[in-house]
Amino acid sequence: MPSLKALKNRIGSVKNTRKITKAMQMVAAAKLRRAQDAAEAARPYAERMSAVMAGLTAAAAGSEGAPRLLAGTGEDRRHLLVVLTSERGLAGGFNSSIVKLARQHAEELLGQGKQVAIMTVGKKAREQLRRDMGQFFVHHVDLSEVKRIGYENARDIAREILERFDGGDFDVATLFYSRFESVISQVPTARQIIPAVVEEGQGGDSASALYDYEPGEEAILSELLPRSITTQVFASLLENAASEQGARMTAMDNATRNAGEMIDRLTTQFNRSRQAAITTELIEIIAGAEAL
Amino acid sequence: MADTMQFDLVSPERRLVSVPVREVRLPGTDGDLTAMPGHAATIVTLRPGIVTVVDAQGTATEFAVTGGFAEINGESVSLLAERGHARAEITQEVYNEMMRDAQRAHRGVEARRESVGDEVVAASAKMLGDMHALGTHIGLDPNQSTVPE
Repeated sequence: MPSLKALKNRIGSVKNTRKITKAMQMVAAAKLRRAQDAAEAARPYAERMSAVMAGLTAAAAGSEGAPRLLAGTGEDRRHLLVVLTSERGLAGGFNSSIVKLARQHAEELLGQGKQVAIMTVGKKAREQLRRDMGQFFVHHVDLSEVKRIGYENARDIAREILERFDGGDFDVATLFYSRFESVISQVPTARQIIPAVVEEGQGGDSASALYDYEPGEEAILSELLPRSITTQVFASLLENAASEQGARMTAMDNATRNAGEMIDRLTTQFNRSRQAAITTELIEIIAGAEAL
Repeated sequence: MADTMQFDLVSPERRLVSVPVREVRLPGTDGDLTAMPGHAATIVTLRPGIVTVVDAQGTATEFAVTGGFAEINGESVSLLAERGHARAEITQEVYNEMMRDAQRAHRGVEARRESVGDEVVAASAKMLGDMHALGTHIGLDPNQSTVPE
């Protein structure tokens, strides 16, 4: 049985922890709102872009001489995995679930005898993958100085990916990020961005038939493909930001509740011990008085 | 036919403008064009330049864009631009920054001429030229921005 003093100290320290987790939860809640607003605001652009792309790609996918970003390099040997995580921890399973998915994917590819290269965005992916996948790292993007994810961040990442693709470093690129479903549910997701995936049944035939293209369809397509990749990276970054805050909020809510329970338990224990001490003293006094 | 159509100017980060308009003048890559209600459905890429929007009262509003594309159909024009500003918002500083981006992009492409091909270099040079013209057009000095080597 710990002493009364020790119990008291412990209660005090758990109370401090609870204060911190509570504060973090509230900060995460506020940031989540902002992240959600940002994701919401970016939606019109992304939606239009994917609608136009759907029309264009549906028409061009089958044809000869389709751009390499759409048709691929004709091989499926070298894969680039772009793992998007956060810069900070204490967000529950947020980072580890993304990393886990990426790792599974990488192991599967390696098992099939394919080449894997990993590009990490955010410190956590790098830390967690370094030990077993460190030899595959090709690039790291540091976002720790970035307060709010902007389109420029996505553009830098996309540029890096595209330069490597133009340089013939890989055949297939896949993004790993966490899709924001709700505050309590974020789903780690893999999205292939190169070669572009033709989305079926998204107004494909109706849209492409209706529009005139100026300049020609192919010129527009080759201009839009890199942009579409940037947009997808941007959308993933925003989803990730919202997911991170959502996950942190849930994790901190749990931590706060746990701390509360622990305080209750410790307080009960403290009171019991105090009562026990008082009782012992009384018994001693009474026994002493009776002995006289 | 309705006399107005919906005009949306959308950047990747947010929707900048959404108003009913009578006509939209766009700086297309292959030449300027004006879209009015009932225009044939067209998708057109844009060069850096000024987009002029005329509303139902005949008031013209100008926006500067740094390229992008527009989706035109009979009832609406959606302009997807990486950067778009109301003309009044474009100060020398904002413009310098835009110019810097273009210069940096051009330099990057030029350095990789071998791998990307002459065509891409020419395209980025044209882009830079268009940016230059845009500045002159709205009365800003295109020579103020310099990219650190």
